[in-house]
Amino acid sequence: MKKEKTPLLRSSGFQNLLASLICVLGGLVVGFIVLLLIEPSGALKAILAIMTSFFRYPGKLMLKYFGQTLVRTVPLLMCSLSVLFAYKVGMFNIGVAGQYVAGACFSLYSALAWKLPWLPCLLIGMLAAGLLGAISGVLKTKCNVNIVISGIMLNWIMLYSTNLLLGKVKSPSSPYTLSLKGTNPKALLPSLGLDKLFFDEKSVTIAIPLSILIAVGVWFVLQKTKFGYELKATGYNYNAARYAGMKENWNVIITMFISGALAGLGAGMLYLTDISPWETTCASVPAMGFNGIAVAFLGGLSPIGSILSSFFIQYITTGGGFVDLQVYSSQISDLISSLIIYLCAFVAFFRFFIQARIERAEKKKAEADNANKTEEGGNAQ
Amino acid sequence: MILLLQYTLIFASVLMLVALGGCFSERSGVINIGLEGTMVIGALGGALVMKYMPPEAGAFAVVALTVLASALLGMVFSLFLAVAAISFKADQTIIGTAMNMLATAGATVAVKAINTAASGGHDVSSDIAYTYTKDLFIVRFGEFEFNWFMLIAFVCLIISYIALYKTRFGLRLRSCGEHPQASASVGINVFKMRYAGVLISGLLAGLGGIVYITAGVSVWKFEYGVAGFGFLAMAVMIFGAWHPMRIALAALLFGFCRALGNVYSGLDLMTALNIPGVVYNMLPYIISLVVLAFTSKKSRAPKAAGLIYDKGSR
Repeated sequence: MKKEKTPLLRSSGFQNLLASLICVLGGLVVGFIVLLLIEPSGALKAILAIMTSFFRYPGKLMLKYFGQTLVRTVPLLMCSLSVLFAYKVGMFNIGVAGQYVAGACFSLYSALAWKLPWLPCLLIGMLAAGLLGAISGVLKTKCNVNIVISGIMLNWIMLYSTNLLLGKVKSPSSPYTLSLKGTNPKALLPSLGLDKLFFDEKSVTIAIPLSILIAVGVWFVLQKTKFGYELKATGYNYNAARYAGMKENWNVIITMFISGALAGLGAGMLYLTDISPWETTCASVPAMGFNGIAVAFLGGLSPIGSILSSFFIQYITTGGGFVDLQVYSSQISDLISSLIIYLCAFVAFFRFFIQARIERAEKKKAEADNANKTEEGGNAQ
Repeated sequence: MILLLQYTLIFASVLMLVALGGCFSERSGVINIGLEGTMVIGALGGALVMKYMPPEAGAFAVVALTVLASALLGMVFSLFLAVAAISFKADQTIIGTAMNMLATAGATVAVKAINTAASGGHDVSSDIAYTYTKDLFIVRFGEFEFNWFMLIAFVCLIISYIALYKTRFGLRLRSCGEHPQASASVGINVFKMRYAGVLISGLLAGLGGIVYITAGVSVWKFEYGVAGFGFLAMAVMIFGAWHPMRIALAALLFGFCRALGNVYSGLDLMTALNIPGVVYNMLPYIISLVVLAFTSKKSRAPKAAGLIYDKGSR
């Protein structure tokens, strides 16, 4: 038996990791160039600030920033799970942004207006977001409306409705919603002592371990269950799924429901920590959902990859806040993230390119082997 | 009332320009989700020209240079889509999403850098003010403020219609959006046609961007991007069934909704209805979603829009 040629390069997991690392490197290099263009003298310090993020602070402060970064990683991870779940079933859920808003809207409203404890709040937000996702699914299956288009429309409808609804529970003097702590402390997510680990950072709650569990759960459902298999089959070929006796329309709707529910849950997990209120005058859909798309693709569309990539994106976003704001702006890390997602779109092309090269090399080798064999055969006769 | 008419016309101009841009791109077979981002970059180019041009340069020079800068920057930015989606066969939806993020982040970083450098670190805002040059775009007829951009939008509409339906170029462009392999078989260069489609869409969207930010205000905060107008323009394009004349009508309708949201408090009839302003902002999206639900069974969308062109497939 001959030695297997480049087995590492062939494994899709390794290819994904390599591709993501190249994207990250590309984003950082371009970000550095932009910093150089703005002001060459501090550029190195600035890019180091972004890359070292909270690690540049001493012990206690570092833990606090680390905790906050984790808290903000949670909704990002949930949004990316939402995107990848739908994508595995062949749908591009750009409506994730609106579903995230729906989750924020209903979990905050039930906490502030109805004074419910945290679990019902979380579930109501999740359900609302899931239903919003399901609307897209129904419009697709019953009326043939493109998921991307209905998602975009629903994003904006949801944003304006949320501003309207949460306007009823905002503080009288500012456009922000009331704080949970002052109005309804029961609605705060329990921390179970986790906050002690991060130097009493109160926003560190069970949301963090929960989101990781959910990521593993999503992986399990998609890879190891019949349900996940049917969903993926529907994504690969809608008609074949129907021919095989699967409920293809129902699968699309339920996928969009789950996808939306994941995003809505993520929103609840952020807003029910009281780390930031909702701004009822915000004029554009929060970037969280769109960042979720970035994270999902950077993570190679795998739930486990999403955990790493969501933490990384949030890590450099936190780092962006630490650059010298007298010279540079914190949006430089948004710029880097968006460059990374832009480069991610090329991943398919590069993988195809690598794959084609490997295959060509193997074919050549196989031909050469064949030629050798025939020669050997010829000699024997 | 005159104010309502004026806002309707100027918002309709924005939506029409951008939707026509989307129309060119999709007709050539490339979905352009990045319209929103392209608007931001176009607006940035135009706003910078307006900020740094002296008002004494004369109305014609200012208008011409602003239009040129926005259109050019829009075109350059749309190359991000063209190169990735056409030459590298990347997923058009992902590229579009990335472009929207890139544009807002990039424009904010750029404007903040300019402001910081100009003020020596005191002003770190993302605002560009163009108070003086803005007046050069306006001709007053009594109370009605005629904006040169309205005329430009109208001219673009006529040119778009002729280009798409009365020229050889238009026929070829449209064929690439319906069945690119068939177009290739009769000797049309699909890549070239798609590049043309995307670049024209960048030009029109960039132009739409500057019209939008000068429509009501004289200072723009680039952190906000263009607040969803690019997406609204996509709705206009779909509502207008990818046809320039219908797009114009759809733009008027949606522009009217948007204008109502801006000026309803000044109208007695509307204040009597007591509907919150956001409802008017929401209305265009709801209308288009409902219309889509009823009309999508037999969609008029270009058949090959969004599909990656592969010479070998049938």
